[in-house]
Amino acid sequence: MHDTSTHAAAHHGPPTSFIRKHVFSLDHKVIGKQYYGLGLVAVIIGMVLSWVMRIHLAWTAYPIPGLHLLSGTGAPGNVMTPEFYLQVMTMHATFMVFFVLTVVPFAAFGNFFLPIHTGAEDMPFPHFNMMSFWTTFVAFCVMLLSFFVGDGPTLGGWTQYAPLSAVGAVAGPGQGSGVIIWATSIAIFCVGQLFGALNFIPNVLDLRCKGMSMWRLPMPTWAWFITSCMGLTSFSVLMPACILLILDHVAGTSFFVASNLVINDQLQPHSGGSTLLWQHLFWFFGHPEVYIAIVPGMGIVSHVLITNMRKPMLSHRVLVYSMGALAVLSYMVYGHHMFVSGMNPFSSLVFSFPTLLITIPSTVIVLVWIGSLYGAKLRINAASLFALGFISMFITGGVSGFFLAQPSIQILLHATYFVVAHFHFTMAIAALFGIFSGTYFWFPKMWGRMMNDNLGKLHFWLTFIGVYAIFMPMHYLGLAGNVRRYQAFVVDYMQPLVGVHQFITIAALFTGAVQLIFIYNFIHSRFWGEPAPENPWQGTSLEWSVPSPPPHDNFGGKHPVVYHDPYQYGVQSSTGDYLMQDSPEQVKGAQDEP
Amino acid sequence: MAKLLAVTIVVIAILSAIPIIRNTWHPLPDVSAHGQAIDDQLSETMWEAGISFLASQIILAWFIWRYSGNRPGEKTKTFPGGATGLVAAAVILVGVEVFALGIFGVKAWANIYFTPPGADAMPVQVQAGQFAFYFRYTGPDGTFGAIHPEMLSEANQNFYGIDTDHDSDAKDDIVTAEMAVPVNREIRLLMHSKDVSHSFYVPALRIHQDFVPGLDLQIHFTATKVGRYEIVCSQLCGLGHYNMKAYLSVLSQDDFDAWLKKQAALQ
Amino acid sequence: MKSHYVRKLAAVLPALVLVCAGAVLLSQKVNAAGGGSITGTVKLSGTAPHMKGIDMSKDPVCSKAHDTNPAKMENVLVGSGDGLENVVLYISQGLTGNEAPSSQEPTFAQKGCMYTPHVLALNVDQKFKVTTEDQTTHNIHPLPDPTAGNIGWNKSQPPAAPPIETSWKNQEVAIPVKCNIHPWMHGWFVVVKGPYATTDDKGSYTIQNVPAGSYTVTAWQEDLGTQTAKVTVAAGSAAKADFTFKGK
Ligand code: HEM
Ligand SMILES: [Cu+2]
Ligand SMILES: [Cu+2]
Repeated sequence: MHDTSTHAAAHHGPPTSFIRKHVFSLDHKVIGKQYYGLGLVAVIIGMVLSWVMRIHLAWTAYPIPGLHLLSGTGAPGNVMTPEFYLQVMTMHATFMVFFVLTVVPFAAFGNFFLPIHTGAEDMPFPHFNMMSFWTTFVAFCVMLLSFFVGDGPTLGGWTQYAPLSAVGAVAGPGQGSGVIIWATSIAIFCVGQLFGALNFIPNVLDLRCKGMSMWRLPMPTWAWFITSCMGLTSFSVLMPACILLILDHVAGTSFFVASNLVINDQLQPHSGGSTLLWQHLFWFFGHPEVYIAIVPGMGIVSHVLITNMRKPMLSHRVLVYSMGALAVLSYMVYGHHMFVSGMNPFSSLVFSFPTLLITIPSTVIVLVWIGSLYGAKLRINAASLFALGFISMFITGGVSGFFLAQPSIQILLHATYFVVAHFHFTMAIAALFGIFSGTYFWFPKMWGRMMNDNLGKLHFWLTFIGVYAIFMPMHYLGLAGNVRRYQAFVVDYMQPLVGVHQFITIAALFTGAVQLIFIYNFIHSRFWGEPAPENPWQGTSLEWSVPSPPPHDNFGGKHPVVYHDPYQYGVQSSTGDYLMQDSPEQVKGAQDEP
Repeated sequence: MAKLLAVTIVVIAILSAIPIIRNTWHPLPDVSAHGQAIDDQLSETMWEAGISFLASQIILAWFIWRYSGNRPGEKTKTFPGGATGLVAAAVILVGVEVFALGIFGVKAWANIYFTPPGADAMPVQVQAGQFAFYFRYTGPDGTFGAIHPEMLSEANQNFYGIDTDHDSDAKDDIVTAEMAVPVNREIRLLMHSKDVSHSFYVPALRIHQDFVPGLDLQIHFTATKVGRYEIVCSQLCGLGHYNMKAYLSVLSQDDFDAWLKKQAALQ
Repeated sequence: MKSHYVRKLAAVLPALVLVCAGAVLLSQKVNAAGGGSITGTVKLSGTAPHMKGIDMSKDPVCSKAHDTNPAKMENVLVGSGDGLENVVLYISQGLTGNEAPSSQEPTFAQKGCMYTPHVLALNVDQKFKVTTEDQTTHNIHPLPDPTAGNIGWNKSQPPAAPPIETSWKNQEVAIPVKCNIHPWMHGWFVVVKGPYATTDDKGSYTIQNVPAGSYTVTAWQEDLGTQTAKVTVAAGSAAKADFTFKGK
């Protein structure tokens, strides 16, 4: 056990100026909320972009009012051009993956709750923490800028495969300045996330309060800890990769461009680079990245479920070990994105086995969740509904992974809508459900007011049905061979599938509109919601032992002491069926590993 | 409300499974010699994944139905066997299931990638470029002329950059925009990209392979049914990606010979 | 002080007016009375290079447009009497340097997945329109030489999209233009200063509105290169310059 009750955290008094309080704040809670706000803006942008894509895919010649204002090469008559479709798709994915899925479950919630969960009064390096947010913010602005510079953002997809991304403007609109801006933004983003991870890890290792052993950390904090370790090792690969990409543009190097390429009848002035090098570097980051997106969601969902089931998970440790296994394996499976990419076919087989292996920890996690539901006293509220929805989504997405883990089946399904369905269920929608669940659950603590639970439930129902309607049919499209990243379906065998696309588009517009309920609920509750009590859900972890919202130093000058495992539910204590972590009370039947 | 959620999950799971069971959308019918193994693998996986999907969604729904609400007087219970049982189940069931899939899948993969083409396989070259495929046949001499990237000119329809004036190997090369192959004849496909990454995806032939600029790859296949199929690009290659395609005609040997003669005349 | 200023102005103004009037008169004279021209034919000697057929099977929208008359390359088009089509003639020496750009707005059309015209001659700053009549999307991708000062662009035009209207800022002979979606599509913009002409299918041309003077006329053919001729244009009459390109 670690005794750090003397508080090694950089101690800083409450700020007095507006700027220090709300803008360049050193307080991890303010930084967490800033991250949340950034994620909210990004998710709105990402979603509007997805509507534009969906409308175009279903009704290709249909004008979308105002579209030309956004397009660097013009959307003649407001009809989308092929390059603009791909630019929108790339930006949709970039905003979603980096500025929503990395930012919200990890950086926003993590910043707010990780120090409280560990019993610290702030992050170990508050200045770095502040810089982490503002660096990410700069990255976000740079990325937005790309809509308005030159012929628009890059069209290369969030994966930015070379040499398309590395040869410059000859390769298409957005491939000159667009790529440079993209790579710059992402490199800056990586720096921001590294700053974040460098706070999270020492916080967990060194700033735990008295009595807080590692196994007494709640699930989300374990998840953020594991995620930080992944972030540290994967963002630090992506950043140099982006720099090499920029060098190929501006310094005449050829890291990713092979010799003798001819584009537009012009022999390219590059030689000796490797096409596959980028893919290896990118996916070495990219696969851990999808776990960076989802693991915090797993932690949040476990936390929410436990509180609402009124009983602990079957095994805290098995969940933690499984998440750790996911993290470790995620570096060994990245080759499954490259089965047919021209890697040695023997490597494809080698990569397929860890990929199949990773289904085991995933299955364990799902089974532990489901098994834990057994004998629960499940409370239904918006937070728990989204947590249950998360499990359902994760099962659906995981099952399609069985297919994609096999090189032989990828011959049929690689780069089709089956893949789009798979990653939207696992990474995108599941993670989004994790975010919603966390928001409904923690909103009272973060903003000191309750959200409207009925609106939250309505939001859940319409979203749950909506996302299944959007993404389930994409599996069928993939089976039928519908290739992804197509802006229109001019291939003969794909034309009969347009009807399915129209169905999906209607579902997407519906689901998108439903999100207005959430936004209304969020804003309304933020200002006019009922004041939240300290512990509205009868939770046990430390965030529920402090006022809502917590004071500047989290614990009001006290040094918390922890006596129990994080999840003492289903016991008979003086407070009811639960026992707070910092309660010195000893009760019978508590499972309490020291 | 928990009961409603349980029902919704079950309904969604069943609705999702119906198109699969009824085979409403399915891969294009297979016309390759090696494709059966892939299709078997797919349907095997479909069974196992389908059962896992339905089973887990239904159990999830059942537990939500059964264990929701604050049932006064009742105490929370633990799943019989605890986590150990579930971990064992996961490792045994999923591990075995999935590894079995993996190991059988190797066969389908090895069929394509680890068996060398026969010595009499017919060589055809395919070149991918933004945004079209061009194919090349050796002509009577059985050899391809060398590629000179600096001579490549779409404006002059020298799509491969071959020197027909000076290179005797290149003189009889036949370059086409459509691919044709004789039925039941093994084809050795040489894949070359002139610019960026592309992919050669022929769903009907169960073939999918990316082009790697700077690295020429080779695959082989045999088409078993006369017909006209489509080759599409599945690797994002630029704005015209969606329209990067070509037709593949599988012809009887006589028709193929006639076709090739006609193409030769057009050079 | 003030009156001094006014007096100075009074002296300068009439002089200025006179100079202007003179200039206007002079230039009018050049344009109206001096509307000479250069005319002639451009021919090919020897055998015409072989123009390969174009296989558009990739995009059925394109190949359907050529069901009855198969498409062929248009790099060297020889018409009746060995006349060379699509040769651009322009004045490469002898211009005063203040010629106004042509006020016409020509069209560069995409029709049947080919460019019509295959070669479009233009003045610097002359506006032109790119239109499409095809039911398939084209991207228009001119590739100027980066050292010449023109900026390249690459834009798609879906079916029925409104025309793209633009111009070129600098002289350049010649800017290739292509469609990447249909890689066989290729054409040229020839951007010059001063009067110009393009040969018709008989190889004949007339450069109109050439002020009297001595000039060097250049004939440009995309594959066969350039040839020049010196001509002297007398006011109101037509000078003659014929060219013959050698087939390869
Ligand atoms: C209502 C919600 C959403 C809709 C309707 C939607 C729709 C789409 C569509 C239509 C595409 C393009 C498919 C293609 O052309 O291949 C796409 C791609 C993508 N989306 Fe979403 N999406 C949604 C939410 C999300 C979220 C929350 C994420 C977060 C990770 C996400 C991540 C991605 C990624 C990574 C791609 C791949 C882009 C690429 O190929 O480079 N999407 N989405
Ligand atoms: Cu492509
Ligand atoms: Cu075109």
